[in-house]
Amino acid sequence: MAAGGAVLAFFIVLPLVSSPFGQHVLILTFLFAMCGVAWNVMGGYAGMFSFGQASFFGIGAYTSSFLLLTFRVSPWIGLAAGGIISSLLAAAIGYPCSKLRGHYFAIASIAFAEIVRIVFTNWQLVGAAEGLTIPMLKESFAHFMFHSSKLPYYYIILAFLLLAVAVCHWVSTSKMGYYFQAIKESHEVAQVLGVDVVRYRLYAIMISAFLTSMAGTFYAQYILYIDPDSVMILPISVQIVLVAMLGGASTVLGPVVGAAVLVPLSEYSRAWLGYKGTGMDMIIYGTLITVISMYQPDGVWGAITNRMRRSK
Amino acid sequence: MLIGLVYSLLAIGLTLIWGVMNVLNFAHGDFLMIGMFLSYWLYGLAGVDPLFSVPINAVALFLLGVFIYRFIISKVMKGPPLAQLVVTFGVSIFLSNLAALIWTPDFRTIGHTLLSGTWDIAGIELSVPKLVTAIVSVLTSLGIFWFLRNTRTGKAILAVEMDREAALIMGINAERINSLSFGIGSALTGVAGAMLATYYYIYPFVGGTFGLICFCIVALGGFGSIEGAFIAGILVGVVETLGGYLLDPSYKLAIVFAMYLVTVWIRPQGLRGW
Repeated sequence: MAAGGAVLAFFIVLPLVSSPFGQHVLILTFLFAMCGVAWNVMGGYAGMFSFGQASFFGIGAYTSSFLLLTFRVSPWIGLAAGGIISSLLAAAIGYPCSKLRGHYFAIASIAFAEIVRIVFTNWQLVGAAEGLTIPMLKESFAHFMFHSSKLPYYYIILAFLLLAVAVCHWVSTSKMGYYFQAIKESHEVAQVLGVDVVRYRLYAIMISAFLTSMAGTFYAQYILYIDPDSVMILPISVQIVLVAMLGGASTVLGPVVGAAVLVPLSEYSRAWLGYKGTGMDMIIYGTLITVISMYQPDGVWGAITNRMRRSK
Repeated sequence: MLIGLVYSLLAIGLTLIWGVMNVLNFAHGDFLMIGMFLSYWLYGLAGVDPLFSVPINAVALFLLGVFIYRFIISKVMKGPPLAQLVVTFGVSIFLSNLAALIWTPDFRTIGHTLLSGTWDIAGIELSVPKLVTAIVSVLTSLGIFWFLRNTRTGKAILAVEMDREAALIMGINAERINSLSFGIGSALTGVAGAMLATYYYIYPFVGGTFGLICFCIVALGGFGSIEGAFIAGILVGVVETLGGYLLDPSYKLAIVFAMYLVTVWIRPQGLRGW
């Protein structure tokens, strides 16, 4: 507990001594950490490997932005609305997919996310391919908008991340978490033991979708411009999976560690190499993914905790 | 609609890899892209018509496939399932961006090939390159069917696909079959790439969409089913063309993906899966 407090204090002070770009990297790190933790609820614990999280991320971003633009609704209400819409949509698509496993589920999640992306790219009401520009408002917490400093964004996303971690911790220690793991091991066995497989799979998907959608709303308010190519594409979904896998799927803090390694690496390599527009940063990124899958497939966090357990 | 037959060919390669070693190759579309560029450069630098670069492509992509299997895929086969899913994403990002670095992200086309032109059959204008591409694709698919059914190696591949342990007991070298299947699956993208180069745009990220469509086809056809992939490929080609014509061309991919979701809702194992 004391260690946890020290870590938290460190993260509260850290942005105060960072450059603006450093703060930006930290914010993105927490954003993807949050998405990774959300992915873990359905992927790591319940065994549903979703490669379509960008759809929920995008719906969160679009819902709050659309409500703000059209009806002047506060992004905080938009955040809740986006979460609810994402969860309902997740349930609507998760139900027919409830028999799918492994690769079939992964492909179905990609297919779903691509449909969402194509619809938004052609939907005039939400700006189609041009996307939405979030209107400039006076900076305030109620408007979820800050111009003079990145710090408020930093503390908000830190709070969001803590919420996601708390939810994931609660899931992993509750009865539901054990149900999820039973389902992950075997549908049939879980069913025989009296677990309502379809219902608990839906719970996992809905929790995951809600949290991912929150991250999407945050992204929209932070960047202040969204289009389908920036919030709904497959590479975002893949990055979310990578964060979870690199850190260690089915551990509460794994995705946080994964994001802390992957996001700064890709942001700094983009800053150093990406400006030429040659895609050198992406080549390194691709190599990194391949190497991690080959040599550290259980994740960094998993390796660390295993070593600690062994040394005890 | 003829594009469906190319989809079939690509999907057969993908389903072969999936069926034999339970690996989803997300870099399949990027292999196709490399095949297209290979034909482009053979044409541009050596004047080889894409039609004649088919065998060269097949051999080159076969070797690339075996190389990637040996040095990357085989290393993650024993690892957790998630790593097996993610690793080929890494290969895909690497290959497409490497192509963009070397050849720039511009769109290219091969100006004039042996096949350029159209045939006018009873008032219907038929593009010759599209027609010949479809014919070559069907012939290659049939060739693969024949190979799998009638040769010792082909039968060994099918045996591993059906039951890996039993095949091992029968003395089949599964490791060799794996790399062979990966090579053959990749070689098929080489054939498709050479043929598509006769009329399609060639650019580093062309593989993305093809890859995604192929996944749907393979899952639609059913786990590792070669016939299923062939039928589903044609079906997707028809649905894509008709859907684009009847609704809106920008929605044609969405229609294909929706069809996939509806199908697996009714039949989770795909059309010909078990």
